[in-house]
Amino acid sequence: MNLHEYQAKELLKKYNVPVQEGMAVESVMAAEEAYRQIKTQTGNNFAVVKAQIHAGGRGKGKIAGSEQRGVAVGKSLEDISNIAKNILGHTLVTIQTGAAGKKVNKILIAQDVYYPGPNPVKEYYLSILLDRTKGQNVIMYSTEGGMNIEDVAHDTPEKIFKEWVHPGGGLQGFQARKIAFNLGLGGEAFKNCVKFVTNLYNAYVGLDCSMLEINPLFKTSDDKIIAVDCKMNLDENALMRHPDLAAMRDITEEDPTEVEAGQYNLNFVKLDGNVGCMVNGAGLAMATMDMIKLSGGEPANFLDVGGTANAQTVEAGFRIIMKDPNVKAILINIFGGIVRCDRVAAGVIEAYNKLGNINIPIIVRLQGTNAEEAKKLIDESGLKVQSAIQLSEAASLVKQAVA
Amino acid sequence: MSVLVNKHSKIIVQGFTGTEGTFHAGQMIEYGTNVVGGVTPGKGGSSHLDRPVFNTVADAVKQTGADVSIIFVPPAFAADAIMEATDAGIGLVVCITEGIPVQDMVKVKNYLQGKNTRLIGPNCPGVITAGEAKVGIMPGFIFKPGRIGVVSKSGTLTYEAADQVVKAGLGITTAIGIGGDPIIGTTTKQAVELLMNDPDTDGIIMIGEIGGGMEAEAARWIKENGTKPVVGFIAGQTAPPGRRMGHAGAIIGGADDTAAAKMKILAECGVHVVASPADIGKTMADALKK
Repeated sequence: MNLHEYQAKELLKKYNVPVQEGMAVESVMAAEEAYRQIKTQTGNNFAVVKAQIHAGGRGKGKIAGSEQRGVAVGKSLEDISNIAKNILGHTLVTIQTGAAGKKVNKILIAQDVYYPGPNPVKEYYLSILLDRTKGQNVIMYSTEGGMNIEDVAHDTPEKIFKEWVHPGGGLQGFQARKIAFNLGLGGEAFKNCVKFVTNLYNAYVGLDCSMLEINPLFKTSDDKIIAVDCKMNLDENALMRHPDLAAMRDITEEDPTEVEAGQYNLNFVKLDGNVGCMVNGAGLAMATMDMIKLSGGEPANFLDVGGTANAQTVEAGFRIIMKDPNVKAILINIFGGIVRCDRVAAGVIEAYNKLGNINIPIIVRLQGTNAEEAKKLIDESGLKVQSAIQLSEAASLVKQAVA
Repeated sequence: MSVLVNKHSKIIVQGFTGTEGTFHAGQMIEYGTNVVGGVTPGKGGSSHLDRPVFNTVADAVKQTGADVSIIFVPPAFAADAIMEATDAGIGLVVCITEGIPVQDMVKVKNYLQGKNTRLIGPNCPGVITAGEAKVGIMPGFIFKPGRIGVVSKSGTLTYEAADQVVKAGLGITTAIGIGGDPIIGTTTKQAVELLMNDPDTDGIIMIGEIGGGMEAEAARWIKENGTKPVVGFIAGQTAPPGRRMGHAGAIIGGADDTAAAKMKILAECGVHVVASPADIGKTMADALKK
């Protein structure tokens, strides 16, 4: 589950991780009030307006139909007010949102971290994630902050450092010190960095994050180490023990069809193709998508109905797939194990009759437990449903449907 | 021969008296699997499905001599169940549970270091040795005995592959569902290695998917050590990057863990790669003729 920057920063503060201070607001008036408060606290006229959407590249992204960037600095109340007006309620397009962009419902009014002071400022990069191969968490960091870390990894791999954390002992003091040394820090900044890394790791584990990225990690002119931006992903499997975090989910950031599918316990991912599919099991669902492509179509979705496909789930699946006007055919591929194919077939027939007016070809491939009975049910139903038992038969039916 | 489980395996079920445990233990017994008892804390001393129930895995091992455990415990308690079985000296732990938090599995993986326990899963359909023992949730009738081994991250895709193999006139020795989570007990390479060393297995079907580097690792091992034909399929050629496709581990993280990248490495290492899941059985039959 993704969180907004402002939510992630609130959580980090609970773990004593210093962050760029700010306030999330939903109106221009509230933005102005937030600016006044920040100005009083910092004694600095400058402040930053940051669009809160679940996508990266906000600083370079632009509001659709204007030159307004998704992250912008203002140096007066009037500036902040104008930027807030330009962003709030408008659509931000970044390299990660696709051309459609995302509507901005909230903005973060944040302190300007480039305030003057005795020492130079510097941007770094630090993230914590799972190393699947080692089965351990790894801290990845670099002196090259504020830019796309994939580019750094590609162009200058020697500038990326990694520190693995042993699951038994957790992050050790010497490891946090090593990170601060490798970033080239000294004095107060060094001490602050050690504390930052230690507390950040505690947050990562305590919140059951699957990824936590601080970019940039920032050294201020008075040697504080703070998180200026934060991307936090939570492990959905762990949300059962964090009801407070589960409540932070922002469904307006998700595809509405995917949200609806979730309510039926269906695992659905919207794609751009023309052949819808409904499958039991994630692996078989991906394989079915691949087969659609090989048969000349493009998959319109990923849909795993899980291990308990029945009339209700089949009907919900149908409804969800049919919402997409690009879908020219639907392939249902069920390998019955515990699930009996004849029951699924009955569900398909029932759903078909209930929905009525299905004008696109439906291909049903039922294999496994009671497959023959299922095929008979479908064939005798009088519906315009084509049935198959072998996967290769289903593939050629898809080929005909998209030809 | 076969690998991991056979008719002599003594199996206990953790989460024996729950809905899932009861249903699947019943199916396993019906298949002819030697289920010797189960564990449900607090219900020790009672009987379930005509088999004894124990409070702890250690008790079950002491009383029944069990050497295999299958886990149907809910996700919040599953990591604990795996460690309990390991501590009791169970040699093979098969964890079916889906939805275990990743940080719990980081702990489990560390706990297993240096122990003599092999973990299969979690989030897997289990292990079946055709005609001998079903330690899992797969429909048993599909797995007709034969000489082909299957290693797979996916449940229903394993059934699909086994069905095609059987219809191609071959049959199955052991099918190992290794699971679709980011951290699992037995890797693709380790499972392939077991089957490569099994004298009763003539060919191996390896089914992977997007995410992680386990298929590439297995392929490199096969290139160096392979003595039997391996047919490979990677699900998710059409999956978009950055999206989790059902399985917690099925997410494209970079250029190396796409289906295309994995298929390329597999082919370079001499694996018979199929693009369509419909061609798995036929390709294995052809490969064996060569």
